Amino acid sequence: MSKLIEQPRYSCALGAQQSVIAIKRAVPILHSGPGCGDKINRLLGQGEGYAGGNTVPCTNASESEIVFGGEAKLGTVIEGAFKVIDADLYVVLTGCTSDIIGDDIAQVTSTYQEQDKPIVYVETGGFKSNNYVSHETVVKGIIDQYVDKFKAGSNKIKGLVNVFATIPYQDAFWNGNLEEIKRILEGIGLTVNILFGAESQGIEEWKTIPQAQFNIVASAWAGLGIAEHLKSKYGTPYAHFPYLPIGGLETTKFLRQVATFGALDMDYAETFIKKEEEKFYMHIERMADFMLEFRYGLPRRFYTILDASYAIGFSKYLLNELGILPTKQFIIDDTPEEFQEASREQFKNISSLRSTEVIFSVDAGAIQDEIRKDEHKNRALIVGSAWERDLAMDIGADLLIVSVPVAYRLVLNCGYAGYNGGLRVIEDIYGKVLDTYR
Amino acid sequence: MSKINLNAAEVETRESRLGSITGFAGTAGELVGCSRAGTLKESDRSFSQCMGCSSGNAFCQLSMIQDAIVVNHAPVGCAGDFFTFNFIYRVGQMERNLSPVIGRYFNTNIEEQDTIFGATQKLASTIRTAYERVHPNAIFITTSCASGIIGDDVEGVANDLTEELGIPVISCFCEGFKSKIWTTGFDAAYHSIVRKLVKPPEKKSNKVNIVNFWGSHIFDELLNPLGYEADYIIPFSTTTQLAHISEAVATIQICPTLGTYIGAALEQVYGVPEIKSPPAYGIAGTDQWMRELGKVLNRQEEIETLIAKEHERVLPRLQEYREKLQGKKAYLTAGAAHGHALIALLRELGMEVQGAAIFHHDPIYDNSTIASDALAHAVNTYGDIPNYNVCNKQAYELVNILNKIKPDIMIARHGGMTLWGAKLGIPTLLVGDEQLSYGYQGVLNYAERIVETLDNKEFVLNLAKHSTMPYTKWWLDQDPFSFLRSDLNVKTY
Repeated sequence: MSKLIEQPRYSCALGAQQSVIAIKRAVPILHSGPGCGDKINRLLGQGEGYAGGNTVPCTNASESEIVFGGEAKLGTVIEGAFKVIDADLYVVLTGCTSDIIGDDIAQVTSTYQEQDKPIVYVETGGFKSNNYVSHETVVKGIIDQYVDKFKAGSNKIKGLVNVFATIPYQDAFWNGNLEEIKRILEGIGLTVNILFGAESQGIEEWKTIPQAQFNIVASAWAGLGIAEHLKSKYGTPYAHFPYLPIGGLETTKFLRQVATFGALDMDYAETFIKKEEEKFYMHIERMADFMLEFRYGLPRRFYTILDASYAIGFSKYLLNELGILPTKQFIIDDTPEEFQEASREQFKNISSLRSTEVIFSVDAGAIQDEIRKDEHKNRALIVGSAWERDLAMDIGADLLIVSVPVAYRLVLNCGYAGYNGGLRVIEDIYGKVLDTYR
Repeated sequence: MSKINLNAAEVETRESRLGSITGFAGTAGELVGCSRAGTLKESDRSFSQCMGCSSGNAFCQLSMIQDAIVVNHAPVGCAGDFFTFNFIYRVGQMERNLSPVIGRYFNTNIEEQDTIFGATQKLASTIRTAYERVHPNAIFITTSCASGIIGDDVEGVANDLTEELGIPVISCFCEGFKSKIWTTGFDAAYHSIVRKLVKPPEKKSNKVNIVNFWGSHIFDELLNPLGYEADYIIPFSTTTQLAHISEAVATIQICPTLGTYIGAALEQVYGVPEIKSPPAYGIAGTDQWMRELGKVLNRQEEIETLIAKEHERVLPRLQEYREKLQGKKAYLTAGAAHGHALIALLRELGMEVQGAAIFHHDPIYDNSTIASDALAHAVNTYGDIPNYNVCNKQAYELVNILNKIKPDIMIARHGGMTLWGAKLGIPTLLVGDEQLSYGYQGVLNYAERIVETLDNKEFVLNLAKHSTMPYTKWWLDQDPFSFLRSDLNVKTY
């Protein structure tokens, strides 16, 4: 199959600069062409954050670095970054230019590592992978070159977990999602290293990664590599929940899996779950009559054009808790082949009564053509990106923008994960639906 | 003199064509002096932050031609700006009452094995698929650092596919690493258009080319009474429209940083005269520009009447603004020529320009005449500007300067810079529509926005109170140009 991409929904390997920016007081140092950081920021960034966007140090490779090598330039930019940028962690990331000409960045960076400077390097030449994959590479790089050296201790701490749940900025709702995941995991009695965003403790939290009792991966595939790495490096076992848990059913399932895996106090966990479910279903019950009685048209079937974690999470939730039926589901994150079967399996068992097909494709232009060909007899919901605006209008569908580019939405701490996220999905979908009436 | 060479597939960079630079610290007068004397030297920074690249600027111009599509031959990250320009495209459709369409942009998705075996096959097959999907009237190929370094024969593919598909398939070489001046990307886009889309004139028309971004259509009002028609070109043009721009009676650029190449190319290749004057910002600048326009269009008498009429209308109101703004201190950051224009505008309003960080400097434009030098015009008309810094979006220098001089207002022309004014509690103004401040009425429009911004302090003061600063205290105490290696005398703050 052709690999061309119309309407891109993720970035290149260097896109993992956003993962660094999502760590409190961490800054990437790009050894790349002059426009890379800006282009990534245009797709993934909403706001500079602490030191993203135009603040990111960069060697801005020019012709002379291509011809004579860019190692000297990288050295001076690193020196400058230490002096000028007030950060706790510096992560050198390479772009296509450096990786093709073969600059020895390990050599340049190791000088500073030997002086115990908080600096890490990772090769992220754009062509090497996408930012789902390189997020893992970058996190592993930070663990190997920084955390391991400066770790707070080696003894395991009971009840401490590291969470790898979403790719910051690639998931536009990362901050809200991570806040909710931290909240519910604390609710069942865990101490949580959430690692990214407002609820994390920054680099101090990273230093305790080796001490976790176990790790949690809440993602279809991206992030598994980190957990595997930590398993072999520190012997930390991990629980894998293969999608983003959204709403009552899935969040409870997620929490029970984690509680069982970690051999937590089940009574304590169940008390929390019960309280959360009560709250959640009180709201669902309150709006059930609206769902049943609103007679002017609500979406009755849905399409997802999302990454694997979101596609599965949303599909399960929309079907099982909101009664919207699945049509075609598209996964656009370039899921590596070895993980595709597992996601297919999830769709095969989307509910106890139903199974549905899923298509893997990175070319969303083709996906849109495919959707247009369908018969559109009743009102549909598309859960996709800003690229779906015209498609939704043309087929009379409602659109919930979840995937990047999210251009028509401004996202602060909104999240769709967990119990609270599930309610937020309902507000956002039906709020938009109601807003279509004059 | 810069000679337009349409035989070459690739446009020369601004550095080599015009001697343009990205690093300078001194006064505006000194910079103009160096430019005239031919002693302008590039200064490199040993520490730098993310800039922008030519491929973004080329795409900016090619992505909104209504019946053309763009194939970006690059790893997927280079396509990160697709939606940004699609968004602008769609906003412009709304403003122009066009029906909503999506920008059709394709990325070839260069991957690791392609860097070893080459990616021309991938490029060709992407072009074929894109053609099948859209059936456009032209396809532009924008290149990338990766495609450039691995040495793909993009021009060869473009020529083959032109023959195969029967529509122009046009290469646009805009690799990011080739030029430190991202506006080279504008030149690359225009080079492709003049080289492959523009046809020799069949007849002369009454049209005047307006080389612009996607601003408002302010030139209709001026040109229609003179018997001419404004033709706003590149974004929102069609390929047929572009084929005929060689037939126009003149070319106006709203900003020579944008249009230097196409203005000169149309004049050199097809004899379409370019209006050679700084763009019309400020009263004196507008007078000069109008007179040049009158000369080229042979409407000198009508223009003099118009100038007199506009002076009578605008000057009394301008005086009111001057009284309000007298002595207010401004700091400016912008792209080159538009920055120069804004300096003129601020001085016209009686404000003090404490300094400026301007993205690059072209000592001369492609038309090889100093008549278009907007900075020289600003200096000659309103006096020298201290603390003039050529600085390609280096936020760390800007923050250092703002923190020291604390102006009453910061004026920005491009995104990504305004934050630093606001975080320091300085009211900050960004005007997106460059046509807003053009001409006589533009002076008043801009003045109104400045008064409004100066008045609106609540937001920035509160933001400043709660903001973090990623720059070290050490840095804020240093000379702002500490990392700029220069053999010029650096004036420090």
